[in-house]
Amino acid sequence: MRYVTLFLCGLLFALGLGVSGMTNPEKIIAFLDVTGDWDPSLLFVMGGAVGVNMLFYRLTLKRPRPALETSFVIPSLRKINTRLISGAALFGVGWGLTGYCPGPVVVSSVTGWPSVLAFIAAMLAGMLLFQKLQGEEPRPAGGSEK
Amino acid sequence: MIGLSVAGLFYFNGKILGISNILSELLNPRWHDKDWRLTFVLGLLSGGALLLFLYPPALSHESPRALGILILGGLLVGYGASLGRGCTSGHGICGITRLSPRSLIATAVFMSTGMITVYVTNHLLGWAAG
Repeated sequence: MRYVTLFLCGLLFALGLGVSGMTNPEKIIAFLDVTGDWDPSLLFVMGGAVGVNMLFYRLTLKRPRPALETSFVIPSLRKINTRLISGAALFGVGWGLTGYCPGPVVVSSVTGWPSVLAFIAAMLAGMLLFQKLQGEEPRPAGGSEK
Repeated sequence: MIGLSVAGLFYFNGKILGISNILSELLNPRWHDKDWRLTFVLGLLSGGALLLFLYPPALSHESPRALGILILGGLLVGYGASLGRGCTSGHGICGITRLSPRSLIATAVFMSTGMITVYVTNHLLGWAAG
């Protein structure tokens, strides 16, 4: 059963990204183009997602445990460090250059377009490179920060 | 729908969603707990396939950028999300929901560098706005 909900949440997430225009890289670039022909609509997408999620997040936390698992996994990192800032900065440059970020591009991979597949291959290579170069930060109990 | 999906994942499975985390942990040979991540990715891909049939406009636009730029951008996104421990979904949606200071800062930073990048590409270099 827990796999059914995982699968359905993945499916719903993909549909949400698609319907809201997140899988259109031109729209992402237009959203980031604040000095040009700015398209603010993604702000509402994000705001809507955060709003809905915030409501349910609070309600869910009142439960002793998730419906189908033994415990919640909540990021416990609190430190604001150079890794966080520089990682986010690099991420933003890549995002702005291409209009792709990890979720939508995985959804878009079903098109089989070489441009999408090239981006994904490079993204996975970037992640592997990080694992090779940096190793792991000590991972505090309670899960990973994502 | 995005909000409901993320909320459902937390309600049923107790997980905070982060796509970049899911992908990078699937690549890591040492860590366990791959099965739930793989299931979620399969859901994402099935959602993509469903979009192709039900709502093709969602998947009708390619990035306007050249292949070399896509590869460079992909490397930056992959490396940056690993280093900063999160991407648009993890920091941008879930982190802000939890009012995590790390995520608020990360989101502000990647939005800013993204906007600066687009300013440079679209207005200084004159690449097609898409």
